[in-house]
Amino acid sequence: MMSVPAPQKDMRMFLIFVVVVLTSPIWLAPIGAGYPQLLQAFAIFGIFAIGFNVLFGLTGYLSFGHAAFLGAGSYTAVWAFKLLSMNIIPAILFSMVIAGLFAALIGFVCLRRSGIYFSILTLAFAQMSFNLAYSVLTPITNGETGLTLEAGDARILDPVYENAAAGGLPSPNFFGLEMADFGGYAGVYVCFAVLILAFYVYLRIFRSPFGLKLLAIKSNQNRMGYTGFNTRPYLMAAFVISGIYAGLAGGLMAVTDPLAGAERMQWTESGAVVLMTILGGVGTLFGPLLGATLIEYSENIFSAVNKTELIEMFSFLGQDGAAAMASVLSLFVGEGWLLTLGALFMIVVIFLPGGMMQGISIINERFFSKKPAGDGEKPGAGKAQEV
Amino acid sequence: MDAFLIQTLNGLDKGGAYALLALGLTLVFGTLGVVNFAHGTLFMLGAFCAVTLSRILTISKQVKDESITFFDAYKEIPYLEIWFPDLGPVIIDMAVPLAIVMTIPVMLLLGLVMERGLIRHFYKREHSEQILVTFGLALVVMQIVKSFYGANPIPTAAPSALAGTAAVGAWLGLSDAIVYPWWRIIYLLFAGVVIGAVFVFLNYTTYGMVVRAGMADRETVGLLGINIGRRFTIVFGLAAVVAGLAGTMYVPIVPPDYHMGLDFLVLSFVVVVVGGMGSLPGAVLAGFLLGILQSFASMNEVKQVLPGIDQVIIYLVAVAILLARPRGLLGRKGVME
Repeated sequence: MMSVPAPQKDMRMFLIFVVVVLTSPIWLAPIGAGYPQLLQAFAIFGIFAIGFNVLFGLTGYLSFGHAAFLGAGSYTAVWAFKLLSMNIIPAILFSMVIAGLFAALIGFVCLRRSGIYFSILTLAFAQMSFNLAYSVLTPITNGETGLTLEAGDARILDPVYENAAAGGLPSPNFFGLEMADFGGYAGVYVCFAVLILAFYVYLRIFRSPFGLKLLAIKSNQNRMGYTGFNTRPYLMAAFVISGIYAGLAGGLMAVTDPLAGAERMQWTESGAVVLMTILGGVGTLFGPLLGATLIEYSENIFSAVNKTELIEMFSFLGQDGAAAMASVLSLFVGEGWLLTLGALFMIVVIFLPGGMMQGISIINERFFSKKPAGDGEKPGAGKAQEV
Repeated sequence: MDAFLIQTLNGLDKGGAYALLALGLTLVFGTLGVVNFAHGTLFMLGAFCAVTLSRILTISKQVKDESITFFDAYKEIPYLEIWFPDLGPVIIDMAVPLAIVMTIPVMLLLGLVMERGLIRHFYKREHSEQILVTFGLALVVMQIVKSFYGANPIPTAAPSALAGTAAVGAWLGLSDAIVYPWWRIIYLLFAGVVIGAVFVFLNYTTYGMVVRAGMADRETVGLLGINIGRRFTIVFGLAAVVAGLAGTMYVPIVPPDYHMGLDFLVLSFVVVVVGGMGSLPGAVLAGFLLGILQSFASMNEVKQVLPGIDQVIIYLVAVAILLARPRGLLGRKGVME
């Protein structure tokens, strides 16, 4: 069932991915998604979701604590901007390192248990980090206000004149290329570059013997144990890797917008990344990216619509019809966007546990398969693995 | 000593709410084997039952205010006060306790619908999928409540007779300065009564006996010709009622808002895990224990020594328990270890 594609095929797929990502500002423009903030969000949440998939998709361990790593990454990046340099390289590196260390610490404790206990342990740790970030750790996190750049920051690696010369706050840059340059597209392409790198590493993890061992742990951990295989270090590695990805995503959030707040650590934020992964397809290569893109896109579209626009949209139904339609639909848009999200989420979990990738593979088999119908096993969550 | 007494009461009070929630959660887990992330939502819905009832009771009519003579002023007078001048204000004042009568059937119905409509399809699916689908449901319900009631907390008062404080100190022969809100004492007693009723139901009725037998070995009970599935559905309804009642009575203590359920959910899960998955006495014990621990941790003397401990104590205890004794305080051996 697990057919490992030939390396050339992987390479081709990766190249197509690179082209698709790099040209996305062009082909996403017609559907109203071609602006920098949203493109950055696609890349950032894509990184977050593929990292999460390394843990949940490959090992089956459902963590509700990944927002803590995201938050840790953000805080670290802002501190790197404050203390070291406005160059994004140290910020990103440090956010990965700190998030990785943090993940190692939490993973060391949480991975002693599996199943629902693991979920609750990670949830408890995330909630602890969130509470602490709000209260006692205020000197580091700046509490409710959130951590921001200040004019008086040290920035020891930056040349002194830069600090004095600029009137306002300096902005994050990549060796002089500021993130806001080219109408924000500099930041977008930095995010894309990181996404492509991150995706390449992720692809290698998927195809490596290490990745296969993680999959084996998912399908039957006991059996792995009986064959004399110590699963703990592998789980630990997967946990830390996904923590590093989350930290990287958090770091990029700070790079594109240099502030960090505790709300990024709330456990509902972890819920969001779980959702993206599930919606796209757990354990599939592209699923999490698709899920992240779809959710970020529809969040932007849906939450921007308001009631008056809806009434205009349904004006062909006559005044009363439009008003009635709008009052029903307005539950789902604008402020009520989360309702759409929750409903979508339930529908996917109930009817399509394999996510969008499962949907795609079903359609593929129905309409484009050369094999006669009934050949091969039922399309299940694992089937999409082959993509 | 004074602070000690007050914190114990505070802890018992908080513990009462935790215990009621955890009781329902573990009951559902023990019978249906389902991890219900929407349980906090039921708590929230119970609270909004009280809000709704108090709104219904105070549906008002605009009446000209005769006391102001300079210009035409209008004031709103609830219909109840117009129709029953004597009894009306009393009924409105008693909105929260009266809401109990409304909460029970509403929550029972909601619980049954939820079980038949959604949970039933997830018996055999993985825990992670159960968590995800109920989490989705919680999001949906929260947003619906938010769109009807707004995002702000809605204060609803306790009956005026119980709004004051009780001289707890004087009762115990301590200083008169120790007083405690009446409503919180009522809440504690109420929690005790509900917990007691659930235990009596499960331990001293034939119905409860069958349910317990089903928890121990579902298949055998089914083979004896008992429709155990239907009983478990009723148990789910019962758990919903318990959560709803906990919410209804909590309204005067903390004004409800749409995400109160999510805030309580994480805590009640921790309580269930500490008590032992599927153990009812464990859930109650852990609820009160963690409530008291949390109160003591929020005392200034403790916070000076260990800053921030009040924020994390519950989670720290949970982590320690899960690592040292994974089946929880009173969990049965071999269950979910």
